[in-house]
Parts: sequence; structure tokens; C-alpha cells
Amino acid sequence: MGTADADASDDLALFARLRDGDEAAFEALVRRHNSMLVRLARARGLDATAEEAAQDAWIEVLRCVDRFEGRSAVRTWLCGILVNVARAGARKEARSVPFSSLGADDSDANGASDTHEPAVDSSRFDLQDGPWTGHWAKPVPDWPTPESAALTTEMTVVVQRAIASLPSPQREVIVLRDVEDLSAEDVCGVLELSDGNQRVLLHRARSKVRAAVEHHFSDAISNAGKRSS
Amino acid sequence: MSTQGLDLQCRELVELVTDYLTGVMPASERARFEQHLLQCGSCRRYLGQMRTTIGLTGRLRDDAVPPPPVAAKLLDAFRRRKQGGAK
Ligand SMILES: [Zn+2]
Repeated sequence: MGTADADASDDLALFARLRDGDEAAFEALVRRHNSMLVRLARARGLDATAEEAAQDAWIEVLRCVDRFEGRSAVRTWLCGILVNVARAGARKEARSVPFSSLGADDSDANGASDTHEPAVDSSRFDLQDGPWTGHWAKPVPDWPTPESAALTTEMTVVVQRAIASLPSPQREVIVLRDVEDLSAEDVCGVLELSDGNQRVLLHRARSKVRAAVEHHFSDAISNAGKRSS
Repeated sequence: MSTQGLDLQCRELVELVTDYLTGVMPASERARFEQHLLQCGSCRRYLGQMRTTIGLTGRLRDDAVPPPPVAAKLLDAFRRRKQGGAK
């Protein structure tokens, strides 16, 4: 918390200098936060044009630098700018692209509540009537503890891939909440989500990422078994 | 282990983990959740795995690579704005 607060006040100081036309402050802000904007752009599904979207966002930052009121953290404000720029870009594209070929758009950010996606596949639970109904059919296996750097890196790669394969509203929420560490309230503001939807999207995203790690380990265990036999 | 006190099913518990971890759960539901955990090793492991997952996700932020130099396009935009729009 302490370092996050210090970072936030550094951001404010840099932002004040940027307003006064200090180029070094602008450079420092871009260095600090460009990777966040690129990650958020990717999470919106702009994989090929994420860097470009982030650049457009910075240019927009320069244009409306005087409009920042300090009511939110600089990081949150930057994320909001990226989302607006990306939306404007999508609208422009929508005019030249046949409507049906547009994939998941931000319009389905509310898709959170439509279909029921369980956190854990129902086949994992005892579904027969009785005292154990709804309980784990087989015990949840332990994960190896990520004590070695190599294992942590391996698990992080699995997590990164799992996040990349999430549908974009879930991906955006998990990136902002768990990667960028924005508050639930800030994420709702940036993505224009209700608190309930935000929670559902985050829960689904985290559950799927956990399942991907589990899957990775169960594959590793069965492969090791095959190798030794 | 007995099913006593397990009125909350594992299948229900896994849907409540995010609410539990963010602390938005009402006290009575929280007590039910924790009561279940006391008696269910699988759900304890599951919760631990969700915590591990969240921790691993957070690691994606600290980029090992230093940020690339700021794109010339952005510095140009900055200088143009300074010349043109300076008040
Ligand atoms: Zn359980």
C-alpha cells in the first residue's frame, strides 16, 4: 500500500509538471504507464493495434491534460482515456466494416449475467441425491508450491496465456483488477460496469485462470507418469 | 469428516470465493463460508489456489524488461502542442 501511495503521488507531481510543459515529465509518465495502456488495449481485443491505441491515448492525454481534475488517480484516468479512444476507433471502423463481421464488442460487457458459466465444471461434483450432493466428487489435488523461480515463471506463463484467451470483458476486468490493482470502484468507472457485473466478470475470469493452471499441472503429472513407465 | 455444518455445498462455495476474498460478504454468509472451510480440505485447497492464481496474475505487472524509449511520434506531438497551443 505504501509504495502504491507513493507512486500515486509521484504520478500527480509528474502530471503537474506535464501541465507546465515539461517534456521530461511527459516521457516519465509514458515510460511508467505505457505498458498498462498496451495491456488494457490488448484486453479489449486490440491485439494487433494495441501499441497504436496506447499512442493515440497519449496524444489524447496531451489534448485534454487540463481536464484532469485529480478526482481519480492518474492511472485510473489514463485507463479511462484509453477506453474512450478505443471506443471512438471502434466506431470509426464500424462504419467501414460490415456490421455482422464485428466480433465481441463492448456492447456485451453485460453478457456477465446471461449464461451461467460455473466456476468449476459440474462434473467435478457429486451430483447424486444424498448427504454429499454438491460436494467434490474427488478431493481437489494439491498444486506444487511455487517456491522455485523456474516454477513461478512457468506458472506465470500459463496464467498469461489463460488471460489472453478470455473473452474481452472478463479479460479487461481481470487485467485492471488483478494485474493493475485498480479498485473495484475504479474499474466500474473505467469500463462502465455495474458493481455486480464487475464482480461476476472478475470471478469468472479468475476461476478460468485457476482452472488453466490446474489443467497445466494435471497434464504435467500425467506426462511425467507416462515418461517413467 | 461429517456433513454436519456443511449446509453450504462445495459447488456453491466455489461461486462465492471472489466475494469472500474482496470482503463484500455479509457476516452471516461469511461465517457459513468459514465453517465449511474448517471441515473441507478440498475447498481450503481450492481457496488457496485462487489466492495463488491472483498472486501470479499480479506478477504480470512487473515487466522484467525496461520500457522501450518513448516513441518519437509522441514526443513530436508533445512539442507541437507546446509550440501551437501554449497559453
Ligand atoms: Zn467443500
